[in-house]
Amino acid sequence: MTVDRLIDILATINPGFFVIAAALLAAVAKDVVLRAIALIGGPAIALVVLLYPPVAGIEVSKQTFLGYSLAFYRPDSLSLIFGFGFVLAAALGGIYSLHRRDRMQDAAGLVYAGSAMGAVFAGDMISLVVFAELATITSAVLVFATRTAPAYRAGLRYLAIQMIAGLMLTAGVAMYGVAQGTFLLAELGGLWNGVLVGIFDLSQPGALLILGGIGVKAAFPLVHNWLTDAYPNTTETGGVVMSPYTTTLAVYVLARGFAGLEWLVWIGAIMTVYPVFFAVMENDLKKVLAYSTNNQIGFMVCAVGIGTPLALNGAAAHAVAHMIFKGLLFMAMGAVQMRLGTTKATDLGGLHRTMPYTTIACLIGAASISALPFFAGYSSKAMIMTAAEGGPGLFVIWLMLLFASAGVLEHSGIKIPFFAFFSHDSGKRPQEAPFNMLLAMGLSAVICMSIGMSPHWFYQLMPFRDQALEYLALDLFSPSHIVQQLELLCFAVLAFMVLKWLKLYPAERPGVILDAEWLWRKALPSLGRSLARPASAPGRAISALSNSTVARVVALARNVFATGGVVSRKVPLAATAVWTLAILGLVVAVSLFS
Amino acid sequence: MITFEAFYAAPPALTAHAPALLVVGPLIGACVAALSPNSRWAWMISVGSTIFAVWMALCLAGEVARQGVVNYYMGGFAPPLGIAFRIDALGVMMALLVSSVSAAAALYSGHALDAEVRSSKHTLFQAGFLLCVAGLLGLVSTGDAFNAFVFLEVSSIGTYALIAAGERRDRRALPAAFNYLIMGTIGATFYVIGVGFLYAATGTLNMADIAARVVTLGDSRMVQAGFAFIVVGLGLKAAMFPLHGWLPGAYAHAPSLMNIFLSATATKAALYLMVRFLFGVFEPGSDFAYHFMAWVLGPLAGAAAVICSIQAAFEKEFRRVLAFSSVAQVGYILLGLSIGTTAAASAGFLHLLAHALMKATLFMAVGGVALHFRGRTLDDFAGAGRDAPWTMAAFATGAASLIGIPLTAGFLSKWRLIEASLAAGQIWMVVVIAISSLLALAYAGRMLEAIFFRTAAPGAERAKEAPLGVLVPLWILAGFCVWFGIDASLPESIAIAGAQALMGGRP
Repeated sequence: MTVDRLIDILATINPGFFVIAAALLAAVAKDVVLRAIALIGGPAIALVVLLYPPVAGIEVSKQTFLGYSLAFYRPDSLSLIFGFGFVLAAALGGIYSLHRRDRMQDAAGLVYAGSAMGAVFAGDMISLVVFAELATITSAVLVFATRTAPAYRAGLRYLAIQMIAGLMLTAGVAMYGVAQGTFLLAELGGLWNGVLVGIFDLSQPGALLILGGIGVKAAFPLVHNWLTDAYPNTTETGGVVMSPYTTTLAVYVLARGFAGLEWLVWIGAIMTVYPVFFAVMENDLKKVLAYSTNNQIGFMVCAVGIGTPLALNGAAAHAVAHMIFKGLLFMAMGAVQMRLGTTKATDLGGLHRTMPYTTIACLIGAASISALPFFAGYSSKAMIMTAAEGGPGLFVIWLMLLFASAGVLEHSGIKIPFFAFFSHDSGKRPQEAPFNMLLAMGLSAVICMSIGMSPHWFYQLMPFRDQALEYLALDLFSPSHIVQQLELLCFAVLAFMVLKWLKLYPAERPGVILDAEWLWRKALPSLGRSLARPASAPGRAISALSNSTVARVVALARNVFATGGVVSRKVPLAATAVWTLAILGLVVAVSLFS
Repeated sequence: MITFEAFYAAPPALTAHAPALLVVGPLIGACVAALSPNSRWAWMISVGSTIFAVWMALCLAGEVARQGVVNYYMGGFAPPLGIAFRIDALGVMMALLVSSVSAAAALYSGHALDAEVRSSKHTLFQAGFLLCVAGLLGLVSTGDAFNAFVFLEVSSIGTYALIAAGERRDRRALPAAFNYLIMGTIGATFYVIGVGFLYAATGTLNMADIAARVVTLGDSRMVQAGFAFIVVGLGLKAAMFPLHGWLPGAYAHAPSLMNIFLSATATKAALYLMVRFLFGVFEPGSDFAYHFMAWVLGPLAGAAAVICSIQAAFEKEFRRVLAFSSVAQVGYILLGLSIGTTAAASAGFLHLLAHALMKATLFMAVGGVALHFRGRTLDDFAGAGRDAPWTMAAFATGAASLIGIPLTAGFLSKWRLIEASLAAGQIWMVVVIAISSLLALAYAGRMLEAIFFRTAAPGAERAKEAPLGVLVPLWILAGFCVWFGIDASLPESIAIAGAQALMGGRP
């Protein structure tokens, strides 16, 4: 009885709060048992609350804030599937980080997971934004937690771009909500088959700002660099904790807000294709995983853009499956990073001899991300591919997605395990990963295979459940589908082997690949230079000027504002007296001429 | 103020004299503290009188909630002859703020004085502190323009001495106090000249009477001259940009007790008096007051919010960063007031309360660490987060509020300011607030980065956790910073009631 009542009460609270509360414990817990309770217990309670049948689409724990109604908790089938994925990822990440005694990272990771969870269950835009901002700030802590100079700079860059995105989002939400007179998601319309999707109208004020802010968080092309910049700079556990949330949360907001928006189809398709090239060339395997995240998110964005029930099911399913299998790959790379201190392909190779379990886990993760039939990625991506294949006017998109799928196999399916664990023998004989890491990898692998082999339970969680079950019964394991996917994979493997044989496959070599970062870090500063180069003397002068303009502005600001600068030096008394007179004169003048 | 309507804190006989007791309590306390035998006695008297002042302020809050305005004639002499105290919702708001911050600061001073002030001066220091409290409380409750000048000077003279007492820790306190003495005197002189003009024009010193007669005088040059002198004089006292030159030094080098007290109350009290004159004495509908707000006050406030935030971002010394930030925040408050609507004024007052709360938190955290730590610059504070986690976590809470992160008091007040400026069609103010918030992220981020993400240089002096006697009031303040970010009904109702009392039904 009492347990039932307790659960009744708990079931009205946004599950994210439990995980955030667990962070308080994690922040002070030194003992491993207490840490385990916080890291695993927090998500576990959230899972219980989440699975206890909450009434879908009903707003609970409503509040009034600044004169607007808020709803902290509004579960429906779309938020449930994302929340379920976040809980799983948080618990697995918690197990994975048990060996590492870093309270800052534990607490930050839990707040990060909890706020991502809170955001998907929020029933209004204000609490959604607040949760999303909390997630942003705590995730930056995970980059800083590496405590090296490059990580510190990467963290600052990450924080800066995320804060700008957050500001856009906040401003957009404020404008949109004030214009509509409500911040409640349910009152914005867009109810479709019992699920709120595509609630934002792009012609309304603020909607573009929201799309822009979310676009940065989802790592749309040209603004994706924060992803490939920050993830490789995390600690061995930081990468695992960081990979599931920010981009997936962005996918959720896109599905909730902009499902069916045609731009997203193209943005998503481009997102799937171009990271393939960078990922194939990149040497740092964690950075390869970051590019591969970018590419997988592209599939989801594209599906959100298509916007049919099947496509949205695919986006949600792929988001959750991706959290698990990308987490598994980050775990395997984290184990390598922990034992050897590096994830550069040039320094690795042949590790399968002493890290057999990690190798097996990594292979399962690789099979899942490559969408090998009967592994997780297959069950989730199939819906996206079918939706694109069947969609009117989507033929080019479908081809792009096919190409990208083959690319995934190249860079994540083959490259990651091959260069790390097989390839040439680096002579390194690291110890196997610690037990807790192996446990987390094992559990993730089991989930991946369970989603792949008996997807029935997984498909029941889909936002549009009937369509999902129908697809499962008719299409998913139909021979044509399996054959098509196997053909694709076989040709991709063939391509890898042929390229390797012809020595055309980019050999692993140290170095940094610049992609659009180049735009921000190199092109803009040199734009002035190159524009001015053709002209001779005046050109050089202009080029020198533009070259040093930034430096000069900073120096000027320092001269003016820093301690002892023009504005900030100790003000002589006479100067303030003169200022006082000047302001007096100004006031008198204003009142005389008014 | 619905919150206080059924609130009877004291028997009626006492409540009837609460306006006088509010000021007289600390004043008598000051005399007794000066005569007390040792530092411990003085501290107890200081704590006792400030808590008494909080009690009286609460009594007044109940009375004002029931009656609207409390008029109190000193000695029973009615206004033209005697001095009248006139306390409305805005005055109560300030009295509550001043008394409660002074009580927190007095509690804190038990530890702080030993570390920062020569022990021979402790009793005198407490006397000066109580004098200062009495002056500020009088300033916010008087209804007489000249009486306000007297209280302004009482509090200022106390402040000059207290800033100079910081010389044990930092010799620069002496020139800073002297600087402030000269500039503060200029400000007070301007104010009294302005009051003189008004007296010449209207023949009365009672603010309500002045207000009634100013309307009949129409477009009088003498009134306008008086107005100019008063707003500039009070602007100097309130650290209105660019007349803030005295403030960074005075804040940075004073004993930490005074950091807390000054930043939360002193400039705010001058601001209060300025607002009283702007909206209560001069008709804000009149051209010159309107043009002053639109063309002088607003732009200067915007400049303060941006320029002083940049200065804070470049500053190396910890307390000076906070001091520059205070000038910027005064800019926010003035920005709200310069709009001239009731909603904007209440947003300004809400920010005034929020800023008092967060700056008191920040300075108390820095002061708590400084008890056993001589570090001054950002570099000195590297790694302090590891050495003093509880103190610095409270600091981080205050800093989050300063930036305006959601779920803190600072977010709410900034949101209200943005709403009010949007409603008034002042888009540029929104831009200013946004830019200045980004700058606040920069300077608060620099401090937090040093505290939490850098490690102390080997051999450097390490910070120590503040004692429990500091941690408790510190965390109460930090808790309010968060609480008022979640449920702001209390400060908001006070701010709205204050703004309505001030604007008297204008939109």
